[in-house]
Amino acid sequence: MAIKNLKYQEEKIFKILMILSAISIMSILFHIIGTILYKGLPGLSWDMVTKLPGGGFYLGKEGGVLNAIVGSVYLIIGSLTISLFLSVPLVLYINFYLPVKSVFTSIIRFSFDILFGVPSIVYGAFGFALMMFLGIRASLMGGIIAVAFLIMPIMMRSFDEVARLLPRDLPDALLSLGATKYEMIKVILRQLMPGLVTAILLAVGRGIGDAATVLFTAGYTDNIPVSLNQPAATLPLSIFFQLGSPVEEVQNRAYASALILTGIILVLSFSARYFSSKYSKNKI
Amino acid sequence: MRYIRLVKDKSARQIMLGIAIFSLLLLLVIGLSLFLKALPIVKEKSLWVLLTSGNWKPFKGEFGFLPYILSTLYVSILAIIIALPLSMLTSIYLCTYASKSIRRIFEPVIDLLSGIPPVIYGVWGSLTIVPLIADKIAPHFVEFSSGYTVLAGGVVLAIMILPLLVSVLLEVFRALPKEMTEASLSMGATKWQTVKKVMLRRSVSGIIAAIVLSVSRAFGETIAVLMVCGNIPLVPHSLFDACYPLPALIANNYGEMLSMPSYESALMLGAFLLFIIIVIFNGISRLTLNQIEKRYSL
Amino acid sequence: MKNIGAASLSENRVSDYNEITLRKLPASHSISIRDLNVFIGNNHILNDINLTIPEKSITCIIGPSGCGKSTLLKTLNRMHDETPDVRIEGEVYVDDENIYGNNINVIDIRKKMGLLAQRPCPLPMSIFDNVAYGPRIHGLKKRKAINQTVIQYLQYVGLWDEVRERIRTSASSLSIGQQQRLCLARGLAIEPEYILGDEATSALDPISTRKIEEMFLKLKEKYTVILVTHTLRQAKRIADHIVFMYMGRIIESGPTEEFFNNPKDKLTKDYLSGSFS
Repeated sequence: MAIKNLKYQEEKIFKILMILSAISIMSILFHIIGTILYKGLPGLSWDMVTKLPGGGFYLGKEGGVLNAIVGSVYLIIGSLTISLFLSVPLVLYINFYLPVKSVFTSIIRFSFDILFGVPSIVYGAFGFALMMFLGIRASLMGGIIAVAFLIMPIMMRSFDEVARLLPRDLPDALLSLGATKYEMIKVILRQLMPGLVTAILLAVGRGIGDAATVLFTAGYTDNIPVSLNQPAATLPLSIFFQLGSPVEEVQNRAYASALILTGIILVLSFSARYFSSKYSKNKI
Repeated sequence: MRYIRLVKDKSARQIMLGIAIFSLLLLLVIGLSLFLKALPIVKEKSLWVLLTSGNWKPFKGEFGFLPYILSTLYVSILAIIIALPLSMLTSIYLCTYASKSIRRIFEPVIDLLSGIPPVIYGVWGSLTIVPLIADKIAPHFVEFSSGYTVLAGGVVLAIMILPLLVSVLLEVFRALPKEMTEASLSMGATKWQTVKKVMLRRSVSGIIAAIVLSVSRAFGETIAVLMVCGNIPLVPHSLFDACYPLPALIANNYGEMLSMPSYESALMLGAFLLFIIIVIFNGISRLTLNQIEKRYSL
Repeated sequence: MKNIGAASLSENRVSDYNEITLRKLPASHSISIRDLNVFIGNNHILNDINLTIPEKSITCIIGPSGCGKSTLLKTLNRMHDETPDVRIEGEVYVDDENIYGNNINVIDIRKKMGLLAQRPCPLPMSIFDNVAYGPRIHGLKKRKAINQTVIQYLQYVGLWDEVRERIRTSASSLSIGQQQRLCLARGLAIEPEYILGDEATSALDPISTRKIEEMFLKLKEKYTVILVTHTLRQAKRIADHIVFMYMGRIIESGPTEEFFNNPKDKLTKDYLSGSFS
């Protein structure tokens, strides 16, 4: 009897611990979002998103972070384009050109699993080395290249996951109509569109929030870049640099930027979720 | 017409093959270029000296990586010590006791946690964890601490690797065949006994893989750690000392390094070390996880 | 604007499919398989198949599951090309041409063979575009001709009146029976000479099944139809010729009447009496 009691006591204790840890993980999330809201809301104003920093981003008390917002958008558009052009054909190739259990496919998947784990600072360093090799200075172009490397594995893995689940019916139906493989993947891409959108949203979320990659490569500036050779400010770096400023107004600007970035990430994350759930509904 | 179609098909195939080969080489190219950049400093000083010396005086040509390596290790190990019990308990809860609706609530929580950018974690850490340590925790143990410490780095990192740990652990537990746990339950074992005797015992390799994967994630984390660690290049002696992990070193000195070739090379060596360790760690754990998936999916 | 609205479509609609002149067929129009052996990995799936399939009739391939009937069907439009470890020996003559010979383009073979798969698989596009897809990739450019083709084949499968109001909506909105008829129309639109059906009614309800079966009976006036079927009753209902396979071999084949009334082989008798299935 005593043993049996102990058995249930133990289960009870661990169950409580489990629920506690789940609750604590959840409350950490809310605490983070709450803190950012609490600190960021006072500094948030229309000027924040419509004006360049007045008097320099580090000491100037006036203005906003338009330079960083636009810089981040430029940067992510550029790197997204590059990584789309690489990862979409790659995923289609390994899923629909190569045979199902090809060794090549599993090597590529494995190497992308590893690339996915490579930290952003390493992509930054590699991007920097590459830029020096190509003779590019810290610029929008440099940032685009480095971030493209960073987000390509994210996009490839997420898109690959959807492509793998596509039933073989569709490729077979297309081939039996006499389509070439190229014609076949064009139609398949249409079917996989929601999955691709999810992959893009994930990649954008990661790319737009990462500081370590752009630190070396994109530089920082008070202005909006007008060409690829000019340095570009980015949102994560605007938070990082402005937080280090001794001026209180600038620090508040950093908190407001943090709020803006968090808002962007939340929107991206929820829309990714929406698209992927919509997609899985379609499949069943 | 037919000819054009076939040509299109063929060229698409060639381009795709090219991209596939390129992406296969990517890992190699990254490693090689970092290695070549790091080569001058390794030639100048022996690797052993670089790794075991504690002197970091770039302007005198001394590059001892020991404080950085130890800092990285301490912070990452602390992070996994904090994060592992939390994530184990949570993931066991989610895949045994929790109802479907709780699971559905929890999924976006994990998603969001993993989506929040490092710099936001850094801001949050410096706003909450750092003062907490400086004012509430450290005074019980040491005379003075700025709060920017190993402990702060460990806590922030722990939270950052939580989502990865939980999702990989969930994957590992879900890979177990249902019959296994059902058999145990049908013999009159409680759920908790089943968890202990069947689930955990069967997924040891998966749990280790998850740990290795998260530790390597922690190794490479840069901005968040940099913002809460204090960045003093000395070997830390307690949880309440400041520390200076390797990624933070690279990030902090990017501006200066152009002027001195050996400095640049030293920093690139740092990046290469990170890269190679993380590749090895990732490789091993991914292989293990793939194996687990294969073993049960048949 | 590549597509036009449903309204302008109805202007050139054709009242009855019988008025359409379907593609003229070549003089010799048959399939003959000689000494065919198919291996998947180390498994010998098809063993010394010799078979001639008569034109303008329905040939049903029956047999227990795993006997190789689907594999045999796939060899006819070279769908095995997509699987790496399949080895094919022997000859398959379609219109007096060995489709496993040299200088054969797989696209041409597949264009000759309209396949109706087990489950309908509409392409991720509108109903109209589903039917138009085949003709378009095979080089039909003129909008009027495409419209006409689409209407013609939708009418042929009896779907036109059901879908003419929503011809631009996604094909996945159709019922599963309608989807299967759409797939048939899509297959016919590439103007094949042969119709292959791989258990084409197994996913359908009885009413949709009957519609598809009626379709096959209509099709055999112009096409050579080869069906793999899972039910003996269906074979009895619509087949002109039966091929009975077991363990990768053809055990017996012949005209339907004779096959069912007077089976020669003991295995056939056992199968027909339901000793195994």
